[in-house]
This record gives sequence, C-alpha cells and structure tokens, in this order.
Amino acid sequence: MGCIEETKYEVILKNTTFKECRDYVRNNFSEFYQVNPGYRMFDVYIIGVPPITIGVDGDYVIFPYTKPCYGTFLLRIHGVDEIEALKKAQ
Amino acid sequence: MPILTGLTDALIVLGCPESSVQTAITLYLANKLKKEKIRVVVAGTRSAVNLIKVSDFERNYVDETVDLDRCIEDLAEKRIDFDLCFVFVHKDAGISYLATMHSISDAQLFAIISGGDAEAFESMVDFECEKIVAKTSHNPIPLKKRIDQVITWDV
Repeated sequence: MGCIEETKYEVILKNTTFKECRDYVRNNFSEFYQVNPGYRMFDVYIIGVPPITIGVDGDYVIFPYTKPCYGTFLLRIHGVDEIEALKKAQ
Repeated sequence: MPILTGLTDALIVLGCPESSVQTAITLYLANKLKKEKIRVVVAGTRSAVNLIKVSDFERNYVDETVDLDRCIEDLAEKRIDFDLCFVFVHKDAGISYLATMHSISDAQLFAIISGGDAEAFESMVDFECEKIVAKTSHNPIPLKKRIDQVITWDV
C-alpha cells in the first residue's frame, strides 16, 4: 500500500477541514476536477465529503489528504500521470 | 428503525483515540452485536486499535482489528464489505471518513457523533445515515443510552 510520506510533497493547508480545502482549490486554481471518496491517487485512497475537488497547477496536483487525528491537509505533489488519470476519469 | 436480523458482520470505524468515550462505546457496541451473532471488525489507527486490543485482550467482544488505511483500500477495491458500519465522529476528519464509508460501502451506516461540536457535525451529515448523537466527551452513558434507543432488532 502506498504512503504519501514517501513522496515529495508541499503542504498548502494543514489541520484544516474538508470544506476549507474544497474552497481553497476552487478559489485558487482555474483547473480542477471532482472525484468521489475512495478515488485512488499516488497509491492512496482519497478520503472526504463528495464532491472532492482536486486542483491542477501545471504538472502538480493539489488534493486533500485526511488523517483521523490531524484533520485534513491540502497537499501539492508533482503528478503528470495522476493529472492524465483525472482527465480520463471525467 | 429496527435492524434486520440475520446480518453477519459489522465494521466499527474508530476516529482519533483522544476521544475518551470511543473505546468504552466500541466495546459496549461490540458486545451488543456479538449477542446477535454478528462478527465485529474494528478499523482504526495503530493507537486507536491498540486501545481496543488491550481493553479486549482475549477478544471477547471484537473478532478482528484492521489498519484503517488498509480497510479503506479493501472497501474501495470491493474486496470486502459489511452488513453494518458504525463510524465515530468527534472531529472534522470523522465526517470525511463517514462520507467515504457512505460512498464506498453498501453497509447500513451509523454515525456515532460526540463531543462539544456534536450538533455542528450532525448538521453536516446530509446523506442517508442513522445518527447516534450525544454532546459528551468523557461520559459514555449518554451515548450508551442513544445506542440502546437506536440499535434495536427486528424480531
């Protein structure tokens, strides 16, 4: 099973809520996609309240990552293959 | 609404283990389910699961514990599913896990909502789900009473 910690990631928002992450992506990125909970990305399964909004900024994806004790983080990770998969999934 | 009889398994999804009532309510609920011959699986973080393992050392109540991430993966990939699913909600993350379970599982879904923000979290649940709500953080009795009201069996 994959682990986000093994990737090179940037934390845009931390200890936040799913709603704040959704609003941030919609307000700051012109290109974004909506997926359902359980969508697989970077070998992890996205947790959240649908629609989960994932932003695209060049070759980077911006998406929420939730842990039970620490809330939701908004992460930015280089992911050309993930962007391609997002576009195909729409 | 009474729960149908003849169900075989239930998943209890733990939230952050800092919730004082979580372990006690999990074991109480597991006991209630076991009496109906329902197999109980508990998913959570390592610390949350270890609290259960130590509290139920001889597995009198909980049949199996699983890593939360692994459980999500297996549900999302349709390798497993359950008849009943209970999700603890005492933080915003709990709402995210609850909504995820609603999306990836066909189980009859229950939200066990507690803590000072219980009413706010309850208002966020706008999908089909039985809500068990008590604005308590340390005393499990209000949640126990709500569970006894909600978890009844169709005989």
